[in-house]
Amino acid sequence: MIDVVAVGLICIGIGFFAAGSIGLLRLPDLHSRLHALTKADNLGLGLVALGIALVTGSLVIALKLILIWLLVLAASAASANLIARHALDRREQP
Amino acid sequence: MLSAEIIYGLTGVGLFTLGLRATLLQASLLARILAINVCGAGVFLMFVSIAYQGLAQMQVPDPVPHALVLTGIVVAVSATALALALGRRLRESKDE
Amino acid sequence: MNPLLWMLLDLLLAAMLLGLGWAAVATRDLKRGLALFIAFGLLLALAWARLRAPDLALAEAAIGAGIAGALLLAALRSEPQDGQPAAAPSRVFLLTLNLFSVLLAVAIAWALLSALAMGDGVRLAQAVTEHLSQSGVSNPVTAVLLNFRAYDTLLELAVILSAVLGVLALGPARPGYRLPGPVLYGLIRWLVPLLIVTGGYLLWVGAHAPGGAFQAGATLAAAAVLLRLGGVDAAGLPAAVVSRWLLAAGLLAFLAVGLLVTAFGYGFVQYPPDLAAGLILVIESAATLSIAVALALAYIGGWPSRRAQSGSLHTHTTEGGTH
Repeated sequence: MIDVVAVGLICIGIGFFAAGSIGLLRLPDLHSRLHALTKADNLGLGLVALGIALVTGSLVIALKLILIWLLVLAASAASANLIARHALDRREQP
Repeated sequence: MLSAEIIYGLTGVGLFTLGLRATLLQASLLARILAINVCGAGVFLMFVSIAYQGLAQMQVPDPVPHALVLTGIVVAVSATALALALGRRLRESKDE
Repeated sequence: MNPLLWMLLDLLLAAMLLGLGWAAVATRDLKRGLALFIAFGLLLALAWARLRAPDLALAEAAIGAGIAGALLLAALRSEPQDGQPAAAPSRVFLLTLNLFSVLLAVAIAWALLSALAMGDGVRLAQAVTEHLSQSGVSNPVTAVLLNFRAYDTLLELAVILSAVLGVLALGPARPGYRLPGPVLYGLIRWLVPLLIVTGGYLLWVGAHAPGGAFQAGATLAAAAVLLRLGGVDAAGLPAAVVSRWLLAAGLLAFLAVGLLVTAFGYGFVQYPPDLAAGLILVIESAATLSIAVALALAYIGGWPSRRAQSGSLHTHTTEGGTH
């Protein structure tokens, strides 16, 4: 039962990853690309991490996976903010 | 059936050659340093592939090449830093 | 897992490595090349994990992709790219180079495949597993680095030291960065302490699990890089007098321990088995600090300016000015 849930979570996570990557490739400008990439990939990673955490059966590893997810969340939020700010700065002073 | 050590070993050969080719071909110093780093990654990959082969014999990969590659990674980054510093000095002395 | 599935995974990873490596060195746009190189480093870390070399995966993610990428990006930032590309190489040169590359690849591949085909020769790994219990640590890679082949590591620390001395001699430091916005500032405030704790953990855990002085030192250096990106010019390094000693500490501790054991009738860097664990920890702790300071100084590109050495992230922010 847990396996089925885990596989389901991982598959949905991969779906989000794919959506984020397609968004990165297809969307027209930087800000919408960032939007697609950060939101979809963070959710995708969260779901994949959750799925793996379910099957490991070890609390320590599960906590480590959650920690990794939180770190990636923080880093990707900060880097998206930096990229967007840099782009705005550039637009203001051509 | 291709075994993992052959796949990654040949990838290492490929990376080494394309890195070396780019090192000789590129004009910019920075691009050359980058290419040398790719070249080094290829060498590391060959080493670790040979180490991985030890798995069949003794259930663990050979730790000696791992230790050598670990040293190699650190030496490569310090050599990169020195090369970049030399490059910067070279450009500054040209500007003067 | 199904071996066919493994092979497909291996082929996919190998193809991505080759593709990214090719794209990183072939592009004319260096900024793009560097971004691809960092991605290449992360994939390489994945390959090390696949080849059951977790020590290397940690080192590659922290050093190969992290510190080397940061170094190259910093160099790219301070060096305006010469706009006009150099004259295109002549056809003859290109043809010769391509021919040479293909021949070289075939020769190396042949040598590698015949080495792999020999397979079941005597491996040093056997000697390592036999003597692992006397080495003082249970992680075989750490045992090789700090005990069985301690000479290599000793000389490697000397190589790092001399490379950094070269950087310092060539330097002045690169100009620092302006103060960060609130988001980056917040991230740095959280990440730097976390990186320091992780560095300490990696150092300690290296005795029996993947980790060790190199990974720990690189993690600490990553904290320094982050601090510098956040506008702290000194990158958290102590005053120059202290930094100089820290820079040499790894080599000095290694030499001191190595010579000390000779007084008790052992060979140079041949530790008595009962004391090996403690001696290795002493050397590794000193080496961690040395590697961290060395990589941080290499990133800065010289001694950081005096003014900034008294500053901290907090005082910089309250000053509110940019430099």
